[in-house]
Amino acid sequence: MSTSSVSKGCFVFKPSAKKKKTLSLADHFIHGCEGAENSEKRFKLCQDLWDQIKTDTEVLQDELNRNILDSLLDFTRKCSSTRQHSDWASQMRASEIPTAALVLGVNVPDHDMTFQSLSDLLQQSVTPYVASVQAKDLITIFCHVHPLQVLERLMGTVVTVDDEEEEEAEQTSAQHHKSVHCSLSTLCDWYNTKTKKSNTGTPGKKRSSPVRDGPQQPPVVIIFKDLEAFNPRVLQDFILICSRYIERLPLMFIFGIATSPSTIQHLLPHSVSSLLCIELFQSLSCTQHLATVIDKLILTKQFPFKLNGKVMQVLISIFLYHDFSVRKFIKGIQLALLEHFHSQPLSVLCCKKKEALLNVMQLDHLDLERIRHLLSFKRYVEKQEPREQVDLLTDDTHLKEVCQKLIKDLHKYHKNYYPILRCLHTLTSSLPRYPLGKQIRELHLICLEKNVWESEDYQSAMKLLKMLAKDELIALLQRCAEILQPAKSKKIKSALVQLEDMLTKFKQLDSKYHLSPPESQVLNEVCYYTSSATVRRHLNATPRTSIQAALNSPFYYLQNDRLKTEDGTVSNAAPDICIVYKLHLECGRLITFTTDSDNFGKVDEVKHARFIRAVSELEFLGFIKSTKQKTDHVARLTWGGC
Amino acid sequence: MAALLQHPGYEEERLQRVAEQLPCREVQAGILLSLMGQLPHATVSCVECVSVALLFEQVLLSFFGCDAASLLPRSASLSDFVRIYRQQCSQSPAKQTRYIVMEKAELLRDTDANLLPALLRLQELVEDNVTIILLSEIVWDKFRPNTGCFEPLLLHFPDYSKGELHTILSQDRHPSYSDEFYSSYINILLGVFYSVCRDLRELRHLAALNFSKFCEPLEEGKVKETDTHKLWRNIEPHLKKAMQTVYLREVSSVQWEQMQQTEEKENGALRGLSAHTHVELPYYSKFLLIAAYLASYNPARTDKRFFLKHHGKIRKTNFLKKNEKTSNHLLGPKPFPLDRLLAIFYSVVDSRVAPTASIFSQISSLVTLQLLTQVSHDDQLDAPKYKCAVSMDFICAISRTVNFEIVKYLYDFL
Repeated sequence: MSTSSVSKGCFVFKPSAKKKKTLSLADHFIHGCEGAENSEKRFKLCQDLWDQIKTDTEVLQDELNRNILDSLLDFTRKCSSTRQHSDWASQMRASEIPTAALVLGVNVPDHDMTFQSLSDLLQQSVTPYVASVQAKDLITIFCHVHPLQVLERLMGTVVTVDDEEEEEAEQTSAQHHKSVHCSLSTLCDWYNTKTKKSNTGTPGKKRSSPVRDGPQQPPVVIIFKDLEAFNPRVLQDFILICSRYIERLPLMFIFGIATSPSTIQHLLPHSVSSLLCIELFQSLSCTQHLATVIDKLILTKQFPFKLNGKVMQVLISIFLYHDFSVRKFIKGIQLALLEHFHSQPLSVLCCKKKEALLNVMQLDHLDLERIRHLLSFKRYVEKQEPREQVDLLTDDTHLKEVCQKLIKDLHKYHKNYYPILRCLHTLTSSLPRYPLGKQIRELHLICLEKNVWESEDYQSAMKLLKMLAKDELIALLQRCAEILQPAKSKKIKSALVQLEDMLTKFKQLDSKYHLSPPESQVLNEVCYYTSSATVRRHLNATPRTSIQAALNSPFYYLQNDRLKTEDGTVSNAAPDICIVYKLHLECGRLITFTTDSDNFGKVDEVKHARFIRAVSELEFLGFIKSTKQKTDHVARLTWGGC
Repeated sequence: MAALLQHPGYEEERLQRVAEQLPCREVQAGILLSLMGQLPHATVSCVECVSVALLFEQVLLSFFGCDAASLLPRSASLSDFVRIYRQQCSQSPAKQTRYIVMEKAELLRDTDANLLPALLRLQELVEDNVTIILLSEIVWDKFRPNTGCFEPLLLHFPDYSKGELHTILSQDRHPSYSDEFYSSYINILLGVFYSVCRDLRELRHLAALNFSKFCEPLEEGKVKETDTHKLWRNIEPHLKKAMQTVYLREVSSVQWEQMQQTEEKENGALRGLSAHTHVELPYYSKFLLIAAYLASYNPARTDKRFFLKHHGKIRKTNFLKKNEKTSNHLLGPKPFPLDRLLAIFYSVVDSRVAPTASIFSQISSLVTLQLLTQVSHDDQLDAPKYKCAVSMDFICAISRTVNFEIVKYLYDFL
């Protein structure tokens, strides 16, 4: 279990799962689920969908990282091959340690995956000797850290990497560990025996073929995952030691940098950085990464599950304002997905069209009643003829048929929405001052909120479009046509025809029919998750608000009926600290104990002790502080409600 | 040359070899040879010996073999070392003097206080014919522990003169070029670099990196080997550029070589390491950093003036204390408590921000990224103190991206 979180707080270590009877995931899902009848089916749908999203994001991430990983692999290969050159220049050159500075951006939680795939790739195709070092491993163990620990760890990792390959490695490693200290010279010897053995290796031994094809002396790669967090002295010493062995041991470093490459110069003096041959690798910025994820996961009809505007807004603002973490964004989607299938019984219809149509037929009476209570359905009913209204509200079979039609409509709506959204974005994203946003996600948010064609920004965007030069406009329209090309829908086909004719017609057609907000669609509740408050509460915790809620109304957390009170009062049965908290709210800036403890009840020893304990708990939570002027005097530290 | 190194008791041939390996150090080599011979010795690098135990192990290993070294307990002390040394040397007494050579001996000062004095009297402690040689770039005066110790014999190695550097560097000549040609190249190289760099290792590196460029006009047949002036005209701007880039490790040597090949086509496409200072940060992190900067460089009593809307009248004479003004940036960042940081943060950020956990975690992230430094100890949960660790330029760039005019809020620039 790791406590690597950057937040300050307490960490809960649950006792190992062995003692309890473990419940399966599905059991957890079904427990306390709304509408338990079809919960199993919903669980399956939810899981399938999540699996798909997960694999898709992984593929996406791999693709995004491919460029940088490929160039890193090239770099390592090149370094190990130039080592074996023996021309004059490379002999003369002071031997530098080849180093790749990998700039990954400040979203540190996302880096783990990149490093994982990097070291996997390296091990597959370049060298079996890859070790990753993290600063926290060194800092948490001892305050005063020596490179020795780095070395021991490195050897440990390198050895374990090879354990599976050959048993003898284990024996030699055991010998090394028996010797008093690990040092680079022992690592050197170990490396030499390893490579010699593999060079003269018996043909019967199984070795992964890429390694055999690779260089005779595979490099030893050390990855520093978080360079900024390393103690500069440790790092300097480590590099100095390594440079003494560079002739015997083909070392290579990879620095993971979160901020900017100039940190290298801040961390290392010239005498040390002159031992390195640093090459820079810049990864995709996290905002680009997010844009791709949104493009491939959200703005597609492929996934029936959708987020409404508010939830999207919460997720995006957490990303932009707080952490830049794409992984957390995807976690947010996962949470919304789970919540949706858990709390919305009609989510059983949130699946592929064919399946949804089947599921409609299997709805029972209770579910159909739920449909009748949906806001969007009520609005739909109101628009129908009186006879039809009665039918819809009373006849279950009729309702099922209508539902099938409505589901089809909803799918059609999605089918048209995204291509048209992209068209509008293409047209407006290059306009001056970006009236409809620079990123497609901004436009998407606008469209989710309201009728985009009624907004002022839309009007000004259209005005600007009219003022564009002819060739620019044609280029834009051509790009729109390309977007619409694969669409099959007839309406869009006709849009395409009109588009090629003239802009104005296109304009009228495009947004009004296809970009209306999803709330206007009947049965949108099936697919759209709307509870932004839940997502916000889960993803962006507010510890102080929770503490105050607990102190103000203990019933909220303790769920004991005796704690239920009228607004603003506090029950006798409440914990001592709640009563003391209430009392302190009534006081001014400075509080004297004697008056307070009088309020607390008749003074006897036990009560007095309880009072003192409650006060110190309150101090521990940071609501009061002793003033040091008098012994029974404290000062309030918080004001107002939060 | 070799004449200097004539010494009775050494074979002529060996002396010759020593002289070849150590050009321009004939005098010092002569003294050393007269003091000692080619004898059993242990060379230990003090950087590598991260613990004294490792140092002891290496010494024992090279004198008595690995059996002796393995006798050392896990965290060996000095007395363990002395005990095992004595035990071993009684088994195999020294026929000649044993030498322990310590590179980067200045690091010994950071180890246990008793180590250096004990090493200097090791001969008495172990009762063996053993000598310690300390190699260091620091004068002996800086070593002397305040408890006193044996004074070693000092032997000063002066810096190589320009002529000596020239002689040494000229020895690495390229096999396919003549001695004179390479020597003239070294001459030009030293002309550019001698004023900034005397490090032989570094100079050798630079010589190797730039030689191909020097030969270029020759390869193309434009000049003859003897036309030094033309060659100089060709290489000099190139070397000057090298001084600003590859010498400072702004670009790596591999990139430098690639640049040489593609120079004509695309010039200046490569940016140095220090050119990349831009850091993307989440929105609130930017404001937290701005707040931290303000807290670090403004006196706390001025916060009221900057961040309170109705701060009332503050007397100008009182507010602007003479020597306090303009000095804050010269004095560097001052520590501030977390409360003050948050108070300023809530006042500078334009929207209402809930005090969520992620605001606090961002502060910790900024500390890990070394944009803030935590001054108080890690254990202090109550009111941790921080310092802002970014430069004025950096914070101005950050402020620009969020449309915050930081200069208006800085006491020094009022």
